Amino acid sequence: MRRWVLIAVPYLWLLALFLVPFVIVFKISLSDVALARPPYIPQFSWDDGIWAFLRELDFENYIFLTTDSLYWKAYLSSLKIAVFSTFLTLLVGYPIAYGMARAPEEWRPTLMMLVILPFWTSFLIRVYSWMGILSQEGYLNQILMWTGIISTPLTILNTNTAVYVGIVYTYLPFMILPIYAALDRLDGSLIEAAEDLGCSRFQAFWLVTFPLSRNGVIAGSFLVFIPALGEFVIPSILGGSKTLMIGKVLWEEFFSNRDWPVASAVAVVLLLILVVPIVLFQRNQQRQAEAEQ
Amino acid sequence: MTRLSWFNTVSLTLGFAFLYIPMIILIIYSFNESRLVTVWAGFSTKWYGELIRNEAMLDAAWVTLRVAVMSSTIATVLGTMAAYVLVREGRFFGRTLFSGMIYAPLVMPEVITGLSLLLLFIGLGLDRGILTIVLAHTTFSMCFVSVVVSSRLVTFDRSLEEAALDLGCSPFEAFRLVTLPIIAPAVISGWLLAFTLSLDDLVIASFTSGPSATTLPIKIFSAVRLGVSPEINALSTIMIAIVTVGVITASLVSKRNALRRQKDEQAAVQNA
Amino acid sequence: MGQNVFAPWTDPAAEPLIRFQNVTKRFGSFVAIDDLTLDIYEQEFFALLGPSGCGKTTLMRMLAGFENASEGRIELAGQDIDGIPPNKRAVNMMFQSYALFPHLSVWDNIAFGLRRDRMAKAEIDARVDEMLKLTRLESFARRKPHQISGGQRQRVALARSLAKAPKLLLLDEPLGALDKKLRQETQFELMDIQEKTGTTFVIVTHDQEEAMTVASRVAVMDHGRIIQVATPEEIYEGPNSVYVADFIGDVNLIEGRATASGEDGYSIEWAAGQPPLSAQSKRPFTDAQRCHLAVRPEKVAISHDRPEADNAVEGRVLDIAYLGNISTYHVELPSGLVIKAQAANTRRIARRDITWEDTVWLSWSASAAVMLAD
Repeated sequence: MRRWVLIAVPYLWLLALFLVPFVIVFKISLSDVALARPPYIPQFSWDDGIWAFLRELDFENYIFLTTDSLYWKAYLSSLKIAVFSTFLTLLVGYPIAYGMARAPEEWRPTLMMLVILPFWTSFLIRVYSWMGILSQEGYLNQILMWTGIISTPLTILNTNTAVYVGIVYTYLPFMILPIYAALDRLDGSLIEAAEDLGCSRFQAFWLVTFPLSRNGVIAGSFLVFIPALGEFVIPSILGGSKTLMIGKVLWEEFFSNRDWPVASAVAVVLLLILVVPIVLFQRNQQRQAEAEQ
Repeated sequence: MTRLSWFNTVSLTLGFAFLYIPMIILIIYSFNESRLVTVWAGFSTKWYGELIRNEAMLDAAWVTLRVAVMSSTIATVLGTMAAYVLVREGRFFGRTLFSGMIYAPLVMPEVITGLSLLLLFIGLGLDRGILTIVLAHTTFSMCFVSVVVSSRLVTFDRSLEEAALDLGCSPFEAFRLVTLPIIAPAVISGWLLAFTLSLDDLVIASFTSGPSATTLPIKIFSAVRLGVSPEINALSTIMIAIVTVGVITASLVSKRNALRRQKDEQAAVQNA
Repeated sequence: MGQNVFAPWTDPAAEPLIRFQNVTKRFGSFVAIDDLTLDIYEQEFFALLGPSGCGKTTLMRMLAGFENASEGRIELAGQDIDGIPPNKRAVNMMFQSYALFPHLSVWDNIAFGLRRDRMAKAEIDARVDEMLKLTRLESFARRKPHQISGGQRQRVALARSLAKAPKLLLLDEPLGALDKKLRQETQFELMDIQEKTGTTFVIVTHDQEEAMTVASRVAVMDHGRIIQVATPEEIYEGPNSVYVADFIGDVNLIEGRATASGEDGYSIEWAAGQPPLSAQSKRPFTDAQRCHLAVRPEKVAISHDRPEADNAVEGRVLDIAYLGNISTYHVELPSGLVIKAQAANTRRIARRDITWEDTVWLSWSASAAVMLAD
């Protein structure tokens, strides 16, 4: 009896506030836009019966998504930005994680805290902090012009470059922590064994350290890639009008154009795109958990 | 391996410079006299004064705080229950769906979560305001709580609970008297995580809030879209300061507890 | 020395493979190795024995190249090896944790070192197969380290470190992770492999039984110094100090004062009102010098009646530990000293006649005891 209460409370909560909303999104994505409140048809009513209601639904919005190049360009550009910035985050994050794992034992808790601290700080503020640095008259341009590297200020803010910087900066802890965890678990005698068997330091890294941190690299990459794909805040603060990302498109479709059915269809497609990396990520995590046993 | 190599020193220095310089600049320029944020014109705390007189900002802060406290508390209760179900209850009808619903919100783009909840609230005819934001925040942060708590529960020695049952506890008493005190650190960090997630959230709050309830991130976002402002710098500095103090205190407390425990154990060995 | 006995350390003309000359190693202010000099010869199975923290692992890591000496000189085959990195040394090591690469199969683990030498593929294949055969692992070649048992892992680690045919193989507590029965079997296997390959083995262990079983010579270490280097028999029968006598096996220590009596003979005053004990020693003692008499329990006979012997003392049985093949008797002397005596259980337990609280005589010959200075 008590067991069922324990299961039912969180279960029902998630059903009502997580699953049902998705069913609604899916349903609205099959509806038509209308000048009404709420701004779509058909509305379900008991008088007409469920069959009449279902007959009104169609895939028109999805067909629209494929015909208007804005949408598939936005999906492609989101994918490109997410892939490229994940790679950049890996390039920046791996050396930091490696340095942390090789740091003296007594420093590591402090270094760990320094990585986690930004994670607790407001995401919005961390993105915002780059506006002052990257703008035309910002600190970066000031320094570059003062040192004489450039003579005219660079335009970085409101471009894709600024979006890359923003994603790398805000998601860096997500990359560092799993890689650090993998490197920290690494038995130091494995590296010594590799050297003992004739590896140089560099060979030992490529043949032993890197393959054994692979799970951390994969986990970190997914943790950056998945949220970066649907990112809204970074492109809308740091990106320009030319920065196309699907999260931004969905937002504008909903709030500016008030086209709820198309916004819903955009959401459903985004979700379908995300299923692949999410499933891959889960498999990686499971494999890792099994390997640890 | 006790000394840092040249390469590691450089990568750590550059890495942490990258992580911290933007925030340090933000803090420094919050004390700038000038409204032109990129030009230094002398030290001043006037933007903090302006901030305190900004009624709309204070209202938003108050709303945010109330939402965060309510949603993180409910999320902690629900999330702990969910973790317990996932780790302990074994098989039951719809277990796969349940665990899927726990993990999916962790990777769900915020725009989708926000949109779907908004459509639900409209369908139900709920007025958008503090209540709807709390419901929305509770839903996604309970999943984070349950992940944190279940990772602790997995390593929990089950024989402790069995001992409590053997000594005459009811299952609920065993949970309250034995399990909960032991997993308390995980539950507390789950609460803190839920609290911060709620404080930070812009996207979901934007979808689910109404004109009667504006949260701080929504306020900041609309100000930031117009450009860098010294007032926002001052606000950011305050928020960074609170988080820094909080995180450092938490880590000092846990370090002190670990040290004390170590000392006790040493003393016990010596006295034995 | 006989023709077939392997004992290069007794031959002054023999060149040692490894030579430590006044080697000191410091970690900060901590002295791990203290002015140590030691020669190890080719084809030896040499054991470094001592409690944890005695410096035996540091000594081994200096041979492998993971640590450099702070002072002194270490030679391998006549060449100073200071500063040569581990990957450039003809020395391989078998790690205590085995350090098998978890992402590589058994086969690839064994081939790992060979590949670093850019050996031809056919040669690598042949060598790996040879190693698999030597360690009886042929059927596990494709498995990953986590798919095989502890004993098999141990053999993979051995095969991997032997594959490069090193001049010297270092084994760091190689059997520490195995249970007792498997450990004993593996000890003989190790000796067998050492003999077959003719490689010089240096083993680090804290298990004296293991060191005695496998080694041609044993070095007993304490606080970064070598206390005694000798064959297992010499170490056991003729320890040079109280520390070694106490560390190796079980021993009774009786403190007293020596007086010379006859050639190499001494009589030792050890307790008021008791007749002196007689003992022999090649090492000279001055009159009234304080000394310890070390007697192994199995060399002490126990009986009800006073026997005819060089040394006989009377006492009361305090405790009997029945170990199956033998029993150990704890006998308290009137002075309060407890002496252990061992007797083989040649008869069934029910018919043994010595029991608790019995008054018994303990006896041993003058040559059974070793006289040790402080």
